[in-house]
Amino acid sequence: MATTATVNKKSLWGGGAAKPFKASYGKLMMWFFLLSDAFTFSGLLITYAFLRWSAPAYNGDPDAFTFSTEYWPIPEKVYNAFPGGLHGDSWALVFVGLMTFILIMSSVTMVLAVEAGHRMDKKNVVKWMLWTIIGGLAFLSCQAWEWAHFIHGTEVATIGDVVVNGRWVEGYKIFGANLSFNQYGPPAFAALFFFITGFHGFHVFSGVVLNVLIFFNAANGVYERRGHYEMVEKVGLYWHFVDLVWVFVFTFFYLI
Amino acid sequence: MEQATSNVVVQPADRKKILGIWKVALYMAAITAFEYVLAFNMPAGTLRSAIFIGLTIWKAFYIVSEFMHLGHEVKGLMYSVVLPMMFIMWLIVALVNLEGGAIKDAKGIVDVEAPAQTEHVEKGH
Repeated sequence: MATTATVNKKSLWGGGAAKPFKASYGKLMMWFFLLSDAFTFSGLLITYAFLRWSAPAYNGDPDAFTFSTEYWPIPEKVYNAFPGGLHGDSWALVFVGLMTFILIMSSVTMVLAVEAGHRMDKKNVVKWMLWTIIGGLAFLSCQAWEWAHFIHGTEVATIGDVVVNGRWVEGYKIFGANLSFNQYGPPAFAALFFFITGFHGFHVFSGVVLNVLIFFNAANGVYERRGHYEMVEKVGLYWHFVDLVWVFVFTFFYLI
Repeated sequence: MEQATSNVVVQPADRKKILGIWKVALYMAAITAFEYVLAFNMPAGTLRSAIFIGLTIWKAFYIVSEFMHLGHEVKGLMYSVVLPMMFIMWLIVALVNLEGGAIKDAKGIVDVEAPAQTEHVEKGH
């Protein structure tokens, strides 16, 4: 009897018997954290869209397009490389499509882990958590490659007369991108790319760390002894959120 | 509290539920594939951007409602998450479309019709 009383007290919010929204404390707080995180990402996407909207657009023939600091680049012309030296219009957006597929698949395996948790199926929770971790690591590896390619660049662009380290340089040439200049377009283009995909990538990294912790806890039987797998569900919410943000980043950065 | 239990009952998997999960994944893959078709076969413009954003919100609905299970939670929880986001959407449209456009006009920024001539890009390396 004494044990049951303790368990019941712990499962409440420390108040009355009714649980707000019929959800546990941890799950509800995860939802509100994600809401606040969504505000942060909204702020970043607003900044991106605002700067892009007020920048000169390129309305000419897409085939004649060249990179210039004078207008915003066409995304297909920037993201058109694939590992193995493949590069060109026929590879436009292929790599980012692969990244999207990887992240959506890891979201699916996460749902399957949560579903197995509801059935107390430890073996399958461990299996699907492992797949989710692999998906997360694969996505991070893709992003590392994409960043490296973006920074190293493919073409030399002369970006005119600019101030570099306090000196006036005429006919400044840049290969790839850094935080001040880039070969693709206005300086804000690369700055926003680094900040927004970097901020998202850091979220993915945090998610992978959390998934690894949950994976070991599940494998060691912590949740089986606890009697429920709600922790998988809560970390699952975070993981899906990361996927959700990517869906928006994909549209705004790579398609529009 | 966490006493060792050797009598954990593993319930059998519900095939219908698992098929449902894969079905949602298939829908999302189909929407993304359609976005690719548009990206390569439709000229860029306001209409295409509007379609992309609409499809994105559709995908977001699937993730939030099915994967994150919000569609099956209590209505109050659903609205406490969805309503603030709807106000954010309003803010995005206001800031990006109206303010961004106003600043573009005020600064006298005009779109470019032809590739830049003052700069050149060398192939190679």
